[in-house]
Amino acid sequence: MANYNLKINGQSHQVDVEDDTPLLWVLRDHLGLVGTKFSCGIAQCGACMVHINGEATYSCTLPVSGVGSSEVTTIEGLSKDGDHPVQKAWNEIDVAQCGYCQAGQIMNAAAFLKKNPKPTLEEIENAMNRNLCRCGTYHKIREAVALAAKTK
Amino acid sequence: MKTNRRDFLKVAATATGGLFIGFYWSGCDSPKMQVLTDEEVLSQAFNFNAYLAISPSGDVVIYSPNPELGQNIITSFPMIVAEELDADWSKVRVFQAALDNEKYDRQLTGGSGAMPHSWERLRKAGATAKYLLVQAAANKLGVEASELTTEKGEVFHNGKKKFGFGELVSDASKLTAPDEVMLKDPKDFKIIGTPVKNVKNKEMFTGKPLFGLDIYREGMVNAMIQRPPFGMKIKSVDDSGARSVSGVSDVIVFNNNVAVVGESTWPLLKAKRQLRIEYEPDGPIESSFDHDRIFKELLESKNAQVMRKDGDVDAAFKNAAQVITSEYQCPFLSHSPMEPQNFFAHVKGDKVELIGPTQTPDRARMETSQLLGIPKENITLELTRLGGGFGRRLRADFVVEAAELSKILDKPVKVTWSREDDMTGGAYRPAVRYRFQAALDEQGNLIGYKLRGVGINAGNATRENNFPSGSVKNLLIENIDYKSPITTNAWRAPITNFLAYAEQSFLDEVAIAAKKDPVKLRLDLLDRAKNNPVGEIHYDIDRMRGVIETAAEKSNWGKSKDVMQGFSVYFSHRSYVAQVADIIMENGQPILKKITAATDCGVVVHPTGANHQVRGGIVDGMGHAMFTNLTFENGLPRQRNFDTYRLIRMKEVPEIDVHYVDSGYDPTGLGEPALPPTGGAIANAIFAATGRRIRSQPFIEQKEFSDIKLQIRRA
Repeated sequence: MANYNLKINGQSHQVDVEDDTPLLWVLRDHLGLVGTKFSCGIAQCGACMVHINGEATYSCTLPVSGVGSSEVTTIEGLSKDGDHPVQKAWNEIDVAQCGYCQAGQIMNAAAFLKKNPKPTLEEIENAMNRNLCRCGTYHKIREAVALAAKTK
Repeated sequence: MKTNRRDFLKVAATATGGLFIGFYWSGCDSPKMQVLTDEEVLSQAFNFNAYLAISPSGDVVIYSPNPELGQNIITSFPMIVAEELDADWSKVRVFQAALDNEKYDRQLTGGSGAMPHSWERLRKAGATAKYLLVQAAANKLGVEASELTTEKGEVFHNGKKKFGFGELVSDASKLTAPDEVMLKDPKDFKIIGTPVKNVKNKEMFTGKPLFGLDIYREGMVNAMIQRPPFGMKIKSVDDSGARSVSGVSDVIVFNNNVAVVGESTWPLLKAKRQLRIEYEPDGPIESSFDHDRIFKELLESKNAQVMRKDGDVDAAFKNAAQVITSEYQCPFLSHSPMEPQNFFAHVKGDKVELIGPTQTPDRARMETSQLLGIPKENITLELTRLGGGFGRRLRADFVVEAAELSKILDKPVKVTWSREDDMTGGAYRPAVRYRFQAALDEQGNLIGYKLRGVGINAGNATRENNFPSGSVKNLLIENIDYKSPITTNAWRAPITNFLAYAEQSFLDEVAIAAKKDPVKLRLDLLDRAKNNPVGEIHYDIDRMRGVIETAAEKSNWGKSKDVMQGFSVYFSHRSYVAQVADIIMENGQPILKKITAATDCGVVVHPTGANHQVRGGIVDGMGHAMFTNLTFENGLPRQRNFDTYRLIRMKEVPEIDVHYVDSGYDPTGLGEPALPPTGGAIANAIFAATGRRIRSQPFIEQKEFSDIKLQIRRA
């Protein structure tokens, strides 16, 4: 066990966990930030995506020992009141079915649009291809990312 | 539309308070201030019936009893109640109801059955409350109720607002329920048929705890379970490695399972890998090649069960000018919802608290009651949102094991399945093989039809009364079910998820052999079913014709020589869906551009939800037809996570063009019916484009498909 001082959503958090504990489980089990989801555990589906210094990152395979002083942003910290342009677009397009993958989708989309504010549909597809949605909401995700890019 | 007093009483008599979990949603785009908390509203609200309560503040509480797994019933059910109530939707607060047999029947999600079951109940729930509110207003004003009108939670007389609903609750609560209640004419619907936003959007999009895995309770421990391969039982367990993992508090062997227990999840994932479990046979230990052999044997067996027999099939085949025989096969599939299985259980003496994601709360409680010998009245079950279901959560295995473990540990416990546990833990879509045979006369008419289904724990792998039954004079449908230790279960559109593919591909083969247009062939068969019906007919001929004609029209069927098209139509779970897949050729290679769907599900209650289910069903049907395979080696799936179990991704979906046929019928379900036709439409388009007939799934693993570089591209 070791002590880690993590910067998450603009606040610092102390946790005492094993070095190899993935950030996902630190967030969920130790800090109560359950918006970041567990699904595959092997960086294949994207349900666990968070921002590490603004980069969309799979938190299920990132050991806490590798986070260091990076700024971590989770879905809970993406905006103050759910009013990030991507979250607003997600509501406007009414993207979700079961909703389980959507926090990861939103985090990926937000990081992508920050780097590429005026993407083509093909660029949106390439970026969002990292995230699985078992319900098949892909059409709406594409629409919502395009809308968020327009309304930003 | 009228309803009688007895029906009303059935709804109204159950109007008591009860358990609930719920979260108020203030719409992202709603400027409305939340004046009262949920607790305040609920403590003041009068329960008109099991679905509906209204507080003196005018806030409307609507309970949604059925498990929510993405079909968005938590929005569409309240829309129906609010419609007949003439509620102001912005004042509606929706709560997920807990399991309650007194208040609700059929509190489950499966079979696309909730909407047809509840449509009238929900309308009456809203309409009877409105009746009482209007009567209370009439009494106060000293006028006839018929002089009053309602709109958006208010009562009007001569066009002037007189009362808000909240002001009338107290008086209305003292009135006697009506003998009859009028329901609206569908042309007057104001909420039904509009794109109301999902009531859970804000919570979903800001990461609030909604799902089973998000449950954390005081004193709770976490557990993960290693379950045995199919056909095996535990011989010995060496848990020393697992126990040495920091954070593991206990290792428990129970009921052929080994549970690792601790305060948090990560140590358990590690410890499970350290378990050394020796298994021994407890039945046949099967691999995929065994299943291939079993299929071959059973297709030739003399011992098939006859499911339906019309006319004289032997004579028809003897006299045929042409006989076509084809076999189709599908693999097992895992449901793989994005949220792996999990459940919270707390056994406290002779009481049990259960919380989590299940499609069948009543079954989960019953099986828990049976296992623990605790009366079901002592067991509560709270429903969380389900991170997908697809049929996997119809079973109760993941609930009762949590309850059993909680009893052994004497602690509240949350059991979490890893992705590998979820994929290897059984209850799959069964593997099935079909042999179709068609007899054609000189003119290419279908005079005989035979289908034999052989499945592995598939039950009846046929749907003997589905189209084309009823349209063919001589017909034989047979089934053989092989019993395997590999567990199977309903998987979205059970049986029809593949049967439709096989049947609609085979009908395409028949059309080509008969030199008929595939759409014309189907319409001709429907004509025959209408004019010369053979035996029982379990589908509505006109509604099936309606979706066929709409899909053909909207897709410009057969109009362009540059677009190769595939047609498919299927009736399942009370709804009708026809689909056309469009392929164009570029540099000699096919590109799948578009799928056009025409659906008849009666009244479309919630257009956003309906589009979601049609498109989602098509994406699901397409992905599993093309990419996904679950194979076995010595009782264990070879594919254990999404790196080898390939699911469809964003870049692999074409444009999907969705249309509805307005047949005027009451609404039927849409969770399943759009899935079955998809694979057939695509396979038939691939045949039209390349001349290759793909008879097994997944396509990408078939040799006929190996040199076809099918691209998928949006229009």
